[in-house]
Amino acid sequence: MNTARAFLITVAAVACLASCTTTSPPQRTLYQALGEYEGIEAITDSFLGELAGNQQALPLFLNSDISRFRAQFINHLCVTANGPCTYEGDAMRETHRGMGISTAQFNSIVENLIAALEANGVPTSTQNALLQRLARHYDEIVEEPF
Amino acid sequence: MSIFIRTFVLRYVTLLLTLGLAAPTVSADSKILATAGGQQIEGQAGGGLVPWALLAGYAEAGEWGGSVAVTGVRVDDFDLRVTGAAVNFGNRFEASIASQQLKVQPLNLSIDQDILAMKWRVGGHVLYGNLPAVTVGAQAKWVRDFAIPELLGAADDHGIDFTASASKLWLNALFGRNVFANVTLRHTEANQTGLLGFGATDGSGPSWVAEGSVALFLNHHWALGAEYRQKPDHLAAVKEDDWRDVFLGWFPNKRFSVIAAYADLGSIAGLTDQSGFYLSLQVTQ
Ligand code: HEM
Repeated sequence: MNTARAFLITVAAVACLASCTTTSPPQRTLYQALGEYEGIEAITDSFLGELAGNQQALPLFLNSDISRFRAQFINHLCVTANGPCTYEGDAMRETHRGMGISTAQFNSIVENLIAALEANGVPTSTQNALLQRLARHYDEIVEEPF
Repeated sequence: MSIFIRTFVLRYVTLLLTLGLAAPTVSADSKILATAGGQQIEGQAGGGLVPWALLAGYAEAGEWGGSVAVTGVRVDDFDLRVTGAAVNFGNRFEASIASQQLKVQPLNLSIDQDILAMKWRVGGHVLYGNLPAVTVGAQAKWVRDFAIPELLGAADDHGIDFTASASKLWLNALFGRNVFANVTLRHTEANQTGLLGFGATDGSGPSWVAEGSVALFLNHHWALGAEYRQKPDHLAAVKEDDWRDVFLGWFPNKRFSVIAAYADLGSIAGLTDQSGFYLSLQVTQ
């Protein structure tokens, strides 16, 4: 009985907490919530800073043209967030297959991105919305699933 | 018997450590924060009361990791202490050991139990793809103080629980927050998780029970949730109730986590309305 009451109070508290901290009204697109093009550029630059310290993933980028990667990554994020951009890079599967990317490496990239989002003050709900869309690429990118 | 068990337990720990040290020591940090879960009262990765389809610590494929935790549950007439350690090989296989001590305050005595457990992730992933992470597991238990369980009609001082669990985290599921859910099915003849022995002299049991947990992640570090653990009721002399709790989990980093809960354990060994606080401190690798 006590627990049932505590449970209800908890649920109510969570519902309030979650809705009260959702700063963005529903009609705002994810692109806007991320701070539009400038926001996505800043997030990408933070992400690249994080990636520079990522021992698991960095070796794969040794021969990459980082300025091309930066540009394509920005466009990809922009399109993912329904922004007014065109992604001209290669498809996720074509780009990543053949590198033998592991779940551990995928997670390390997700963590770099979370750190970048945090560094740019992106609210939790906006982070989760972006991560939800990006996580769908898991199957196209990772070669030893699970 | 008890000497035999302790020797066995010691060998088991030694084996785990040997396996662990022999495995390639790649940095075992590759799972996403909080997907190690906590360490539940039987020593396995889970919430507070329920084992989840997650494996201890932060090891992904090719790595090994694990957890060590101390847990205390203080309800009206009982005090439960649990010390546990779990090893995770490649986010595929978990082996764990836990030692429980139940202090029965009114009688000023305690009942100890040892638990060796294993868990195998059959497939799926808690974060990626459409399938949940799915595990099967077994918990072998020995109650070291059988006098009271025997008095209450328990048939055995040891038993094995078999479990199957499914866990999933949905990103951006509710108010922009991530939602976690776990369902566990258990085949058991344990009375009060084994602390009151196994089976009953009148022959009742074993039975299938269902357990469930839900949690809402407020952000990457804090989760608020609730659990329900259905219990069998094999002993004729004393009633056994289902268990439930509401919990708050804190994952400041991948080395340390805390789960605090308020638990309602119902009637235990004839003492009714046992509820109180639960606190578990976990160190993970
Ligand atoms: C959801 C997660 C990911 C997204 C959205 C993503 C996105 C991208 C994009 C847009 C490009 C540029 C493609 C092009 O230039 O045509 C790219 C390239 C690349 N990605 Fe990813 N990626 C992800 C995960 C990963 C992971 C986990 C790794 C490995 C650890 C990785 C390694 C690379 C490498 C090495 C390149 C550069 C290839 C080159 O030099 O051209 N990516 N990625």
